[in-house]
Amino acid sequence: MSAGWRPPGGESGLVMGASTREAYGDALVELGRERPEVVVLDADLSASTQTRKFARVFPERFFNAGIAEQNMVGMAAGLALAGKLPFASSFAVFLPGRCYDQVRLAICYQDLAVKLVATHGGITVGEDGASHQALEDLALARALPNLTVLVPADAVEARQATLAAADWPGPVYLRLGRPAVPALFEDGHRLVIGRAQTLLEGADVTLAACGIMLSRALDAAAELAAEGVSAAVMNVSTLKPLDTVALVEAARRTGALVTAEEHSVIGGLGSAVAEVLAEHYPVPVIRVGVEDRFGKSGPPGELMEHFGLTATAIARAARQALARKR
Amino acid sequence: MRIHILRMIGEAGSGHPGGSLSAVEILVSLYFRVLRVKPGEPDWSDRDRFILSKGHAAPALYACLAERGYFDPAELLTLRRTGSRLQGHPDRTLTPGVEASTGSLGQGLSLAVGMALAGQLDGASWRVFTLLGDGESQEGQVWEAAMAAAHYRLENLTAFLDHNRLQIDGPVTEVLSPEPVAEKWEAFGWRVLAVDGHDPAAIIEACRSPAGGRPTMIVAETVKGKGVSYMEGRAEWHGKAPDAGQLAQALAELRA
Repeated sequence: MSAGWRPPGGESGLVMGASTREAYGDALVELGRERPEVVVLDADLSASTQTRKFARVFPERFFNAGIAEQNMVGMAAGLALAGKLPFASSFAVFLPGRCYDQVRLAICYQDLAVKLVATHGGITVGEDGASHQALEDLALARALPNLTVLVPADAVEARQATLAAADWPGPVYLRLGRPAVPALFEDGHRLVIGRAQTLLEGADVTLAACGIMLSRALDAAAELAAEGVSAAVMNVSTLKPLDTVALVEAARRTGALVTAEEHSVIGGLGSAVAEVLAEHYPVPVIRVGVEDRFGKSGPPGELMEHFGLTATAIARAARQALARKR
Repeated sequence: MRIHILRMIGEAGSGHPGGSLSAVEILVSLYFRVLRVKPGEPDWSDRDRFILSKGHAAPALYACLAERGYFDPAELLTLRRTGSRLQGHPDRTLTPGVEASTGSLGQGLSLAVGMALAGQLDGASWRVFTLLGDGESQEGQVWEAAMAAAHYRLENLTAFLDHNRLQIDGPVTEVLSPEPVAEKWEAFGWRVLAVDGHDPAAIIEACRSPAGGRPTMIVAETVKGKGVSYMEGRAEWHGKAPDAGQLAQALAELRA
């Protein structure tokens, strides 16, 4: 059991906190005060990504690239080559999607300490619809050598992820969300890049989740506990480098895993976990995520139901995984 | 320089002679007369920076760096070999003096803009130079970067256009015309100068003229394959190595 997180207060008793993007905006200002080499770039979405907070305090260190993500990424690389510590932000559909070759060559191939912080990941973008809902960004990011991939679960962890990214020597892709999310962690929580964290111990099945789905996994664990199923809950906030030791240990101890992510089931957390366990410790793995399709318009809560990104869906998957185990 | 380039590409059996040969005078002028650099100290913080945006001209850059003293010219013949520091396209993590990894066209100017922004932010005296191809100018990112450079008034940035008028599939104006190039760069807010890209004195003078608060584009009129009779002005020599007989003829022409 890890310290630093708040246990759910009864049935879905999680308290709402700030969005991960809001925490990012605040953390940038914090970083800007401490580190003069921090510069921030945005592509005309600074109000949405929250980089505007930094821009207001440090206007001389903020560069708006306009609606030109490819050049933004190249400029970030150039700034890093000249000794700056750039954070570049846009929506997760555009970063890395719109500028993938730039991320690949200018950032990852050159192995530069540029921090790519994408907000509005997943379907909780809501009413803007599929064109603005990134469900494949984690797959794209994971495929690139040298790139570290982080998906924090709440505002406290998003701040931690921002600070950890700044200290990390190489490129980082940090995926954040639009909506307010349940507050899971106490202020003292530490995000250590490359380490998964077990929030709840359990004997029968492990629920490995990232981002907004971590709170759903905790709710699913409560639902399963009521049925006498002991589910462990693991926060996999680093998708790459993946904590293979912790995942193999979870497979060994519980014999089945369910992954949960606000992303396509192709290429994200589910794929990463399945790849590792298939090679090192094969046990039943069921992936909860968006099945190979695009999102759509609607209120975020309704979309989460529509696409099966719920505690109920995780609990159902856990029962299926348990059945396969036996 | 040209002999180096042809021997390297001939030895490697592949590479891009045409666009390497068109850029020779630009690179030599920069590295031997314009750039403030210390080859023995490639990471010297106050150095001028050069980015080869048209990364396929890597043989020309490598030959220039070697002759300038960044590494032993004997290493040039390892071009494109497994384990070589001289990759097919520039890799800054491997080759001393290479400022940026390039090869995917359209990206170098953005890198140069970012570097120039950093220099401007720090009030630094060093300058940033880059070299683009005319075919490369078909990439939209080039114009995103052009806008940004003018917007941020990067007078510490100078770009060259290697205006050799040919790309892989044929004449640039037939494939997809970027013309009129000078007018386009002017319209994007740049100071535009025109030079004979094979005239070092003109290139050096253009680099030394005051920028006046704007980024500078030097449109260098060049001949693709310059110096080798059967390559000059021929698109098929964009990305093809000469065979042994062709190489011998080229070297004989260059030594004549």
